[in-house]
Amino acid sequence: MIRSAGIDIGSTYTKAVMLDVNRKVIATAIRRSGYKPAVAAAQVFDDLLANAGVSQEQVTYVATTGYGRYMVPFRHAQITELTCHALAISSHFPRVRTILDIGGQDIKAIRIDERGRVRAFRLNDKCAAGTGAFLEKTARYLGLTTADIGPYALRSDKPVEVSSVCAVFAESEVINHLSTGVAPENIIEGAIVALAGRAVQLMKRVGLEAEFALAGGMTHNAAMIDALAKRLGVPLNLPPQGLGQLNGAYGAALLGLRRAERLLADGRAIPAPGSETATPTTLFAPRRWSTYTSIEAALS
Amino acid sequence: MNYVAGIDIGSTQAKGIMLDEQGTITGKAIIDMETNMATAAEVVFQQLLASTGLSATSIAFTVATGYGRYRVTFGDLQVTEISCHARGALAAFPNTRTVLDIGGQDTKAIRIGDSGEVTDFAMNDKCAAGTGRFLGAASFALEMPISAIGPLAMKATHPVRITTTCTVFAETEIIGHLAKGHREEDVLMGMHHSIATRCASLVRRVGLVPEITFTGGVSRNPAMVALLQEVLGVPLNVSDQAQFMGAIGAGLYALDNLRAGRRSAHCGEEVAR
Repeated sequence: MIRSAGIDIGSTYTKAVMLDVNRKVIATAIRRSGYKPAVAAAQVFDDLLANAGVSQEQVTYVATTGYGRYMVPFRHAQITELTCHALAISSHFPRVRTILDIGGQDIKAIRIDERGRVRAFRLNDKCAAGTGAFLEKTARYLGLTTADIGPYALRSDKPVEVSSVCAVFAESEVINHLSTGVAPENIIEGAIVALAGRAVQLMKRVGLEAEFALAGGMTHNAAMIDALAKRLGVPLNLPPQGLGQLNGAYGAALLGLRRAERLLADGRAIPAPGSETATPTTLFAPRRWSTYTSIEAALS
Repeated sequence: MNYVAGIDIGSTQAKGIMLDEQGTITGKAIIDMETNMATAAEVVFQQLLASTGLSATSIAFTVATGYGRYRVTFGDLQVTEISCHARGALAAFPNTRTVLDIGGQDTKAIRIGDSGEVTDFAMNDKCAAGTGRFLGAASFALEMPISAIGPLAMKATHPVRITTTCTVFAETEIIGHLAKGHREEDVLMGMHHSIATRCASLVRRVGLVPEITFTGGVSRNPAMVALLQEVLGVPLNVSDQAQFMGAIGAGLYALDNLRAGRRSAHCGEEVAR
């Protein structure tokens, strides 16, 4: 019985998905990455095994993705998160050509072809404006938790303009709005509209070809989904219930399953975990994609 | 005897200065900013009065400056912080041709012409990198007061290179470096270095013409002063009143108005509390 696990070690959360041979989700797990992503990855994998009720030996293939993908010693392969998101979305929605992934500390727009292959991407990880961190900070200034953001924003009747290009400067703007009596829901909705605007800008830079899909933790945020749909003029495809935040991990598990099947079909054994994965010398480079985007580009 | 006041409402702190008719500083006050800028302005004004034992009726003219200058309800005139910092720096160091002001949320480089006028300036208006806020992130991550940051950084032996630009992400990076076993002072020195490099490039945008006067709250940080001198290659003027430079400049503009015969509409009435 083939089982494939995908682990996505992101800047804020570490996510894991286990699939069976029929591509059915057997188990999922999620934890905050914290300051030791390697520890979080090991814990999430333990959670995943427990939730699935299987031992590590019963998992055929482990594929990792996300910025901490090299920090997992028991992996069979590491795959970039771009490939994982593309494959996962394409498996649900073959007609999608542009994917938006808003993460805790970065945002990606990915153009894919009809086979789910990455054709182009743009990424901002230089500047917190335009990432989940912007919304998280704004919420914190308002005394809200991240879970409050969506429900609160949906109550907004008159969103204010949040014009700051910097997450730090936005704090002053939020304080100003509060001191002039603007309701918190209208401020947080304003921040969501601002973030949606930046996200669509990034999508334009990969061509903005329909259909669209949203991946990542923002798929929990109904107000964000509305704001993006309004900006784009059409609704976005969302991964099936519960898989939005797990999209990268799901893609990794899917790709792992494919590789395992190919090896076994060729009559070859699956190598021992860790035996074929090289660790690059830049292991601890904090942000691996930084060379792809400049601060000016991020701010434009 | 008439007095004038300069009120500087910054992003992080509100500062007030009182001058007598000769331009001598007779009182000063500083408070951390609070949510309501108008309230902060009144609080700092009341403290200013308390520090001198004067009543509001003796203040003949008040100039407000800084990011919140239009929220100073008792201000008679608003002057930009660019003009006020230049004016304050020139008063302290008459040969000043370049002013570098590093505040809590913005950094400005100001070019001053031969007759003391502002001829050019550059500031970071898009991004908080290279401002005092970057040090604020360090202070938050290390859980130590902002005043302790500079002295500790001076002890660094192997400074860490900080690669993030964004102040928000820098906090994560600091914690990451500490988790890997780097010493606090080495990480802090890296933070200082990042700010110094950014500020130096801002100074070069207006042209590096000596003498350079360093103003704003960050000028109280010895590591910042030392690093900037090293990066810019020239000594910096730093006044012990550097944090009040904007307010002093505002006070001097108020004095100009008083001498020109203008008087506050509020003069002779109590400021509403």
